[in-house]
Amino acid sequence: MADRNGFFDLSKTALTRRTALKGLAAGAGLTVAPGFVRYSQAQSSAPIKIGFQSHRTGIGAAYGRWYEKTTAAAVKAINAAGGINGRQVEVIIEDDGTDPGRGAEVVGKFATQHKTDIVFGTLFSHVVIGSAPAAGENKMPYFVVSEGHHVASTKLNRYVFQPGITDVKSQIQSMAPWIAANAGKKVTQIFPDFAFGYDHRDYLPPALKAQGAEVIAQIAIPPTESSFTKYFPQIPAETEVIYHVMVGPAVLTFVKELGEFYGSNRPQLFGFIDSLEATDINSPGLEFLDGSHFWEGSPRYAQADDSEAQKAYRAAVGIDDNGAAVGDPKDVSTAAHMFGCWETLYVVKKAMEDAGYKGPEDRAKLVEATEALTAFAEGPEHPQGPKTFNGKIHQCFGIQNISKVEGGKLKVVHKTKIEDGLYEAEGDYTTQAL
Amino acid sequence: MHFGPHLLLAALEGLVTSAVLALTALGLSLVFGVMRVVNVAHGEFFMLGAVLAWAITTAIGGHPALGFLAALVIAPLIVGALALVAERLVLRRLNYNPEATIVATIGMLYIIQQLALTFYGPEARPVEPPFSYRILLPWFGYSGYKLSVIAASALLLLATWLVLTRTKIGLVMRATQYDSETAQAFGIPVGRVYGGVFALGAMLAAIAAVLIVPISQAHYLMGQDPLLLSFIVVIIGGLGSLRGTVVAAVLIGMSDGIISMFFSPTLAKIIATLLVAMVLVFRPQGLFGTASR
Repeated sequence: MADRNGFFDLSKTALTRRTALKGLAAGAGLTVAPGFVRYSQAQSSAPIKIGFQSHRTGIGAAYGRWYEKTTAAAVKAINAAGGINGRQVEVIIEDDGTDPGRGAEVVGKFATQHKTDIVFGTLFSHVVIGSAPAAGENKMPYFVVSEGHHVASTKLNRYVFQPGITDVKSQIQSMAPWIAANAGKKVTQIFPDFAFGYDHRDYLPPALKAQGAEVIAQIAIPPTESSFTKYFPQIPAETEVIYHVMVGPAVLTFVKELGEFYGSNRPQLFGFIDSLEATDINSPGLEFLDGSHFWEGSPRYAQADDSEAQKAYRAAVGIDDNGAAVGDPKDVSTAAHMFGCWETLYVVKKAMEDAGYKGPEDRAKLVEATEALTAFAEGPEHPQGPKTFNGKIHQCFGIQNISKVEGGKLKVVHKTKIEDGLYEAEGDYTTQAL
Repeated sequence: MHFGPHLLLAALEGLVTSAVLALTALGLSLVFGVMRVVNVAHGEFFMLGAVLAWAITTAIGGHPALGFLAALVIAPLIVGALALVAERLVLRRLNYNPEATIVATIGMLYIIQQLALTFYGPEARPVEPPFSYRILLPWFGYSGYKLSVIAASALLLLATWLVLTRTKIGLVMRATQYDSETAQAFGIPVGRVYGGVFALGAMLAAIAAVLIVPISQAHYLMGQDPLLLSFIVVIIGGLGSLRGTVVAAVLIGMSDGIISMFFSPTLAKIIATLLVAMVLVFRPQGLFGTASR
């Protein structure tokens, strides 16, 4: 290409000594200007910066949007009540594309470029697993709202916490007795072929076995699959319960095709609502789910016995009694998970206050203060319910809801107890160096 | 489940995949055959078709068949018009240079995808099928709508074939494909043919998407798989060959259905990709393509 305009002709654009000196002088002037050093002089007035690793694009985008809404509501409430240690909270959002590689880059960007105090908010398990090493290397406290067992497995590192939502292993263990007693003893599992699905693959069979039930078939489905009929012949005829966990945009197809395959003569269905988060339960084709049961972290539909804290939380986030955005009944929330963002931020607040947190130099203190927490009482800060926290494995344990699809709504029919979901710790993060 | 019914189910699933794939790949094949443009944004026109189908059926309401029929007519027209604009504003200005158009269509892919994310959102949204009849077989149930997709696709393929071989428009298109310079010398408005073909290619993808959207859902990332499979089909069948495209689509669709049901979906993809490699090595012009001059 000819350089017609002379962009690359250095003789025309070379710096003169005078301009170079002018530039240097201006730069030096800026750094000593009063406005520039405002925060370093008065650290207490600078906002606490929370880096939010959000699934704005990619397959987690629907979750990302509601995680952002919940986070914004929680931060608004925290700031209105005086912030953390008297400082306002500022959220900086970076999109990770629901991609592990990008996730690690985002954590690095928060550490080196935005210089945030913590990183927060990741859902998808593969992104958490991909980003955790970057958090460890940068010594960046990383608070995820992911539900997977990877944090509690102690396979990640000391900087990763999950204090706002119970992990899958605990969820499964606490619900297995109900499944065996009410749904059936012969269970076929359908799960996505990646980390989150493997938690279900690995922990359901022993949990059911302890209850005298068994998993008779396990069907892994690639996360990008768009058609499911071809997997159904693998479901054994004697199956009494189909246990389905299908995260991804194709879930409606999955349910519809299951309906076409079985008609009214179907086995019992027990699913994780993960599949249907942000999806209207009354969508065409989902009639087939009527009478089936779902796990819900926090109920999507307002329940008759909702606490005042739950009502206040729903109002603050802006969801109506059907779990959809106020004013837009078609914009269904990810209610079963997003409460974790709200609760995690309050855990961060508590830990920062306990640690007397002042800035990034206190990150190690923040880690230790978080590990020292043991329980969170139900209330405005923890509207989903009470929780215990195990500082050794960085994981909280709460109650789980089993809801039945009835008349186009989800009605909670069983609540587990915290004790049902406790298990032997697999390791201890606190022995790792900070 | 016994072998017979199992195979029947696999074959039915494979046929549905083939039907939609044939339409989508035909669009890609036409654009390449006539214009020599590798349209990487083809999958996004597919996605746009599905997203518009959702928008149209939601706007119209009433009986699902009403909205669906409207979508089947209006969505491809809008997508075609968009493609025409893109052709005028981008591809023509690049003089249809093969390398430049690949880069330009990659850009279009991202622009369309992100616009869909911005204005339509990240959710997968369902479209109600025009009718929901469940065919009850002794071993399993099957969607009547899926069977109608196969029939509709066959009719559309037949119509495209008739247009290409029996009408003046088809003649002009074939002449341009055969030798665009000579065609121009004979007074064929090659520029307009290019615009029309690009729009037609996008419309075929959009129609395929409207047909499939009541089975799967409209989602802003749904264009990726069809794009990849269309490329596979077009390479195997031979670029610019209608017959080759249909045969390859049936081959890939059926093998995908049957292999993924009896073995694993990953194996089906491996075999399809291997087939592409074999074709490229031993018959680079494709099964039905003519050697380039």
